Amino acid sequence: MIKRSRLRPLRTLGHGFIKRIWRLGAGARLFWLTLISSGESFRRFHLTIREVYFTGVMSLIIIVVSAFFVGMVLALQGYNTLQRYGSSEAIGVLVALALVRELGPVVTALLFAGRAGTAITAEIGLMKATEQLSAMEMMAVSPISRVIAPRFWAGVIAMPVLNVLFCMVGILGGYLVAVPLIGVDAGAFWSQMQANVDWRLDILNGVIKSVVFGIACTIIALFEGYDAPPTAEGVSRATTRTVVTSSLVVLGLDFVLTSFMISL
Amino acid sequence: MTQNIVEIDNLSFGYKGRMLHQGINMVFPRGKVVAIMGGSGSGKTTLLRLIGGQIKPTKGEVRVDNQVVHTQTREGIYQLRRKMGMLFQHGALFTDLSVYENVAFPMREHTDFPESMIHDLVLMKLHAVGLRGAHQLMATELSGGMARRVALARAIALDPDIVIYDEPFAGLDPISMGVICDLIRTLNDALGTTSIIVSHDVKETFSIADYIYFVANGTVAAEGTPDDLIKSTLPFVHQFVHGEKDGPVPFHYAAGDYKQDLLGYEV
Repeated sequence: MIKRSRLRPLRTLGHGFIKRIWRLGAGARLFWLTLISSGESFRRFHLTIREVYFTGVMSLIIIVVSAFFVGMVLALQGYNTLQRYGSSEAIGVLVALALVRELGPVVTALLFAGRAGTAITAEIGLMKATEQLSAMEMMAVSPISRVIAPRFWAGVIAMPVLNVLFCMVGILGGYLVAVPLIGVDAGAFWSQMQANVDWRLDILNGVIKSVVFGIACTIIALFEGYDAPPTAEGVSRATTRTVVTSSLVVLGLDFVLTSFMISL
Repeated sequence: MTQNIVEIDNLSFGYKGRMLHQGINMVFPRGKVVAIMGGSGSGKTTLLRLIGGQIKPTKGEVRVDNQVVHTQTREGIYQLRRKMGMLFQHGALFTDLSVYENVAFPMREHTDFPESMIHDLVLMKLHAVGLRGAHQLMATELSGGMARRVALARAIALDPDIVIYDEPFAGLDPISMGVICDLIRTLNDALGTTSIIVSHDVKETFSIADYIYFVANGTVAAEGTPDDLIKSTLPFVHQFVHGEKDGPVPFHYAAGDYKQDLLGYEV
């Protein structure tokens, strides 16, 4: 007969696996309930707009500052490499493509998860811990349509807008390093960018990525808050899980989406 | 219209293999203040959640206004809840809203009242709980007693048939406790509602309740008017009402032999 202690690792592994499958199912259920309860978010659009302010506008500073530095570093690194091959005029297109295809959507999503995602999780978790969601239920008001859905759509709306801003500010940062600082010709910087950045293949695909990341990051943040144990420790762990899960999901989804977009 | 607005019939409830309630029967007549009392962990709040349809009974049924709660659809439960107002233990006010907006919340969600009417109704409800002057404060700026009173104003915002109070006196200073006590009785009589109070504060509850149920070990251990229960010789009721530390509810949590625990320690 096998000793019980020998089975313990197997049991722990199985328990962890079942728990993750259960959470995946619960998250998918919340996503579905959010979609079918979204009518209120559009009928009373001011609820969604209010959340766009908290998730989008309040994330502007971190997005703009980060984009500026990312753009400047891209220009420095890009110039350093391109000048070896005598193609330093291509610095504009390098900065633009790197930003609109990859760095814009991905870095915006990671920053969004860290800034807005954690705020959403902590807020929903605390609303649960202080019985605000139960109070809403007892007032015959669905927390999914009144609290969850407006925040979800706010995240979905805010993310692509933040991404576009990130790319624009990043390109500006790249321009300031490449043209006034290094001395690359301004005409070459802009004209090469204009000639080589495709509207559909580059810009539109980047925006599509950011919409998908917006859906993923926001629903993860909402689920973690909604599912958090109603204690200080529970909310704290949920907030940490939001950042970790969102970051991994964004990076994984980026690979999948890029594969699809390149193959099309 | 039936005489009892809420009826609990042979109700059993349990989870994770443990039965919390077994065969509970209770009635809550219209217009009365009825209290459910019992020790911590005796399942009093769970009874409120069963009445509100937040959880389903394992056996038996809860009827609100002659409708079985747990057989209702989600929309049906929401219709029933519109007849109820609930005061949560710590108020459960929406912390991102002002006092005014908290009280206006149920009106904005369930009615098409014009803003001028909402304004008047909110101020009337706040005046009833003595906090009209605090309508501009944020929920986070209130003391525990004030938060409880604002939550009471919110609970009665749409003039419900039933007002449910979950531990309304817990953690309050004596003045706030007296104010809440008086408000529950006054509002009940003025609005003609039925009040269901869950509490373990004997003095306050006995002073306002018309009828009291004592819950212990998953059943109704005793019931009656406050006068009946004060005179009761039932050991549990006697221990609870007089706050004796030992009795049917033991002082010590179940444990093994004391001597063995002390002397049998091995490093």
